[in-house]
Amino acid sequence: MSIDTPETSGGPHVISEASYAEVARSEEFGRLRKTFRGFVFPVTIAFFLWYALYVFLSAYARDFMGTKIVGNINVGLVFGLLQFVSTFVIAWWYAHWAGRKLDPLADDIRHKMEGDSEVTS
Amino acid sequence: MSAREITIVLFVILVIVTLGITVWAGRQTKSAVDFYAGGRSFSGFQNGMAISGDYMSAASFLGIAGIIALSGYDGFLYSIGFLVAWLVALLLIAELMRNSGKYTMADVLAFRMRQRPVRTAAAVSTITVSIFYLLAQMVGAGALVALLLGIKPGQTFLGMDADTAKVATIILVGALMIIYVTVGGMKGTTYVQIIKAILLMSGAALMTILVLAAYKFNLSDLLGDAAKQSGKGDAFLKPGLRYGVESADAMKTFYSKMDLLSLGIALVLGTAGLPHILIRFYTVPSARAARKSVLWAIGIIGTFYLMTLALGFGAAALVGGKAITAQDKAGNIAAPLLAENLGERYLGGENGGAVLLAVIAAVAFATILAVVAGLTLASSSSLAHDFYANVVKRGQVSERQEVVVARISALGIGAVSIVLAIFAQSLNVAFLVALAFAVAASANLPAILYSLFWKRFTTSGAVAAIYGGLISAVVLVFFSPVVSGSPTAMFPDSDWHWFPLSNPGIISIPIGFLCGYVGTLLSKDPAAEEKYAELEVRSLTGAGAQ
Repeated sequence: MSIDTPETSGGPHVISEASYAEVARSEEFGRLRKTFRGFVFPVTIAFFLWYALYVFLSAYARDFMGTKIVGNINVGLVFGLLQFVSTFVIAWWYAHWAGRKLDPLADDIRHKMEGDSEVTS
Repeated sequence: MSAREITIVLFVILVIVTLGITVWAGRQTKSAVDFYAGGRSFSGFQNGMAISGDYMSAASFLGIAGIIALSGYDGFLYSIGFLVAWLVALLLIAELMRNSGKYTMADVLAFRMRQRPVRTAAAVSTITVSIFYLLAQMVGAGALVALLLGIKPGQTFLGMDADTAKVATIILVGALMIIYVTVGGMKGTTYVQIIKAILLMSGAALMTILVLAAYKFNLSDLLGDAAKQSGKGDAFLKPGLRYGVESADAMKTFYSKMDLLSLGIALVLGTAGLPHILIRFYTVPSARAARKSVLWAIGIIGTFYLMTLALGFGAAALVGGKAITAQDKAGNIAAPLLAENLGERYLGGENGGAVLLAVIAAVAFATILAVVAGLTLASSSSLAHDFYANVVKRGQVSERQEVVVARISALGIGAVSIVLAIFAQSLNVAFLVALAFAVAASANLPAILYSLFWKRFTTSGAVAAIYGGLISAVVLVFFSPVVSGSPTAMFPDSDWHWFPLSNPGIISIPIGFLCGYVGTLLSKDPAAEEKYAELEVRSLTGAGAQ
């Protein structure tokens, strides 16, 4: 029934609080945190502003939104469709980026902590 | 066969199939992780479908199509807000939550906080959000089924008049959701949601293709015809017919535009705080599978909302606003009427219309069932896991006992919802969905984001954010024109409103964030600060995750 094999849930590994604290201070984890936040925070702000612009224009720039581009297709419709496009693109971009940049860093740290591999960093 | 007979046959098939799957899933549900999280055994794709089935409510299928059919462009705002919201879940929440929580939203909030106050607050807000949402769906289901079966005041069906049929529907929907959840747990609920997603996407795709084919796949012609048939001309294709309405009264115009902005904010920030959506991230084995689920969900949900454009404008163009409002002022019947029209057009005659109408009616029914099951599961999980096991019993409870309590909770919450829905059915409760989103965005989202990203965040801060956001959203709505003082209000004959907006988000969301911030600065919680290391490492790497 299930297709994915468990990747991280191989039973609860017992990891002490002290080793979490140590990892949290490590340079390696610092890099993971910085990489993660360096992507998701700016992108979140960007798509939020882009969406807010759309809502503002819907409220305060009606004539602009109603400007026809081709036939009965106006700026408002295209702007709305672009919100769909940007959502799809950001989702794809994040997944692609995370697979390349984030997952290897996270895997390294996890394997070391769970002590079940000889992964070298 | 008449449309009514076909509809009933399809309803019965749907009920039998879903109950069969529920019983099968129930046999495999033994431990707590099975009941709460479906054994964490679903794949990213399966969960993506289930998330879509959990998320796309009758409000988005019938409601958005109806708003577009009657008010044109303005309905599009909902589609966009509901979709863009998923980026918040994808980037900031899904994976971190999967790694750090276990069964409920509160698991993440209480991870490094004092258990009892935070879990109590989270359970209160989870149950409030879920019950608001649930009531809106159940009352909607009653009205919808009466409408779909074509029972008008004065007519009867199986000896029931329209009002009795509504009550009967509410009880039936309530009973089914109780069975799905108590017997099938998360596994049963997930399969019901997957089936619903398949049905809804197929139904919407079929209608979209038929609508576009009627206009030879020329979108511009479809829009032009919709604008013409609506009687509102080009204004139909521009924002402003329904939200942010401009009038001679400058103050009124200002408030109306504020309301539009407020709605926009609540839509985009609410999704990532809806407990019934958040618990779905626990049903997959890893954070990476959670990411994959959200990607699939964005693809499915985005495609669906694009199709609602065709459905809404198609209904406006082919059925016409007059024919829609003649049957239902709110426009919820637009998509089913469009189905009837398309059936007559393509399958030939009244029989063709009856067949397609019946199919879409059954899809709508499946849509409601899947959503109410998800909501019942989220609220009963929180009542059992957060409140009973961790607050009342302080964690001293066996897994078995906890699951028994969760099942009893589902029964209790289901029963309470049935009773409330029967009492509320004559009231206009459409605003409850918007209120649920507002509470989710004002109470849950600040608490979750602070917990995950702010080391200094404290127990008092978490409690303040949840109650502050929850109370401000509910109080503002209670004193807004949707509850009293307007013709479309819940109580149209009384007037105690002083808050001018229908959507509280623009005020209550900042209040929630501010309460969390101030509550944190005014308190110290060294234990929580110390344990942030564990939460952060676990959420980002999955080390030690359940």
